[in-house]
Amino acid sequence: MTTPIHAKFELDYGEFRLNVDLDLPGSGVTVLFGHSGSGKTTLLRCIAGLQQAPNGFLQINGEVWQDSERNLFLPTHKRSLGYVFQEANLFPHLSVKGNLQFGLKRTGLAGADLTHILELLGIAHLLERLPDGLSGGERQRVAIARALALNPQILLMDEPLAALDFKRKQEILPYLGRLHRELNIPVLYVTHSQQEVAQLADHLVIMDEGKALASGPLSETLSRLDVPLAHDREAATVWQVTVAGHEAEYHLTRVAFAGGTLSLTHLSAEIGTPLRLQIYARDVSITLQKPSDTSILNVLPAVITDIADDDSGQSVVGLLVGDQPLLAHITRKSRMLLGLRVDMNVYVQIKGTSILN
Amino acid sequence: MLNEADIATLWLTFKVASLATLIMLMLGTPLAWWLARTSSRFKGICNALVALPLVLPPTVLGFYLLVMLGPKGPVGRLTSELGWGTLPFTFGGLIVASVLYSLPFVVQPLQASFAAIGRQPLEAAATLRAGPLDTFFNVVVPLAKPGFMTAAILGFAHTVGEFGVVLMVGGNIPDKTRVVSVQIYNHVEALEYEQAHWLAGGLLLFSFTVLLVLYSALKTHPVAHQLK
Repeated sequence: MTTPIHAKFELDYGEFRLNVDLDLPGSGVTVLFGHSGSGKTTLLRCIAGLQQAPNGFLQINGEVWQDSERNLFLPTHKRSLGYVFQEANLFPHLSVKGNLQFGLKRTGLAGADLTHILELLGIAHLLERLPDGLSGGERQRVAIARALALNPQILLMDEPLAALDFKRKQEILPYLGRLHRELNIPVLYVTHSQQEVAQLADHLVIMDEGKALASGPLSETLSRLDVPLAHDREAATVWQVTVAGHEAEYHLTRVAFAGGTLSLTHLSAEIGTPLRLQIYARDVSITLQKPSDTSILNVLPAVITDIADDDSGQSVVGLLVGDQPLLAHITRKSRMLLGLRVDMNVYVQIKGTSILN
Repeated sequence: MLNEADIATLWLTFKVASLATLIMLMLGTPLAWWLARTSSRFKGICNALVALPLVLPPTVLGFYLLVMLGPKGPVGRLTSELGWGTLPFTFGGLIVASVLYSLPFVVQPLQASFAAIGRQPLEAAATLRAGPLDTFFNVVVPLAKPGFMTAAILGFAHTVGEFGVVLMVGGNIPDKTRVVSVQIYNHVEALEYEQAHWLAGGLLLFSFTVLLVLYSALKTHPVAHQLK
């Protein structure tokens, strides 16, 4: 039984080394997260064949793209992939249409109907323009469309938002969210932004110094205490929830997750709508008894799965609410006073949440 | 006005410059591509060799070519054995000499514009299923168009303007190797200043016009500014 994507690369540039062995899911968005220099872009370039790791094995959906032991290395242009660069990297001598057609002509899809992709990325009105006349956000949307038009087996995106300012990022994120829902091919997405991780990832790989520190489903990986991310001031978990009902008189919306329900400020969303909910660790507090006199609405039973102290008086507590992992940042003093231990049954109070889509 | 002999030299000059430019583009393009992309340790040597004609007196290049291509030179012996005869004082010799002498004017602008393209468009092309040759002709060539224009025009104009190498390798044979610059020299030697004026003035006007057209075209070319 092989996994959809198996990527194993070793390369040594002296000052930089990459050494990873990853099994990744065949659908959804896998985010490769890490600081600059962590090797996430190099890993992506190795998968694309833009860089060749001397020691490597890469299999995508049963097709071997690299196997150093058999001296096999499929050049980039023979790999069924779409690649979105940090700078859109459009051909300046071709119109938007020419850029879109470039790959299509070479895959025998010249007559393909692009209506859906053009609509998905909102670029139908730009077809005759030259890249020079587009804004940064428009250029990047064309680049995404250009990659997707080829109907590739995998879409690789290298920090597609990093070169854009805040406003342009906000302009593109909804399009990425739509891709996320409509694409059925795996997407590998490189970023150093925790916000993009929370908004887009289904599966998360955390890279550091050329190695993969952790790889797994998003909420599980975000709440792993052996990964620096859980200790970050911005540490948060992301839950997949669905709208379960509205309490109009209180201006509230109830959402359901595997293990209970939560009350949120009113959302104008139909019942059944899936949502991504981000819960910051600093917004979660812990009590031993179920509090009866609290102003906080969202109080849920939970089990402690892990505890880690850091050297600044803070404790990070990993919990499970039903099946959902949750993180809480509390002071070490509170941790001691409450006598918190692994496997203890407690209650968590969630002070705030944010909706990501 | 121009006499029949003058017109013959003009025609010959045009033939030499056109053919030499064509050959220089064919040789210079792969050479410039290699120089722009390689990190080989031979890069420095190659760059220096290509640029040599820019600093050498043409007579030096002409002298060595004469020796190499002559009946006793290594190249000369080879061409004799192949039944081609020897090249000095022939149209072929003129072409060989012109190509070597003007090559830097073709290679250097091409190399600069190839280098300016960078690896990004090439990588984008590869991710869009274009193989190396496909990428070269459909991405590199259009993006390096200003470089190709500069290379062709400078190569052609510089070949028209050569004198020393031509005289050394080609000699001064009417209809075979006597080009415009040599003809001007002949007129001056014979004190035919009026004839010299017609040719010299014509050449001056030609060179100025070519450069003017080149520089105005480069300024307005849509992708030129991205390569600067």
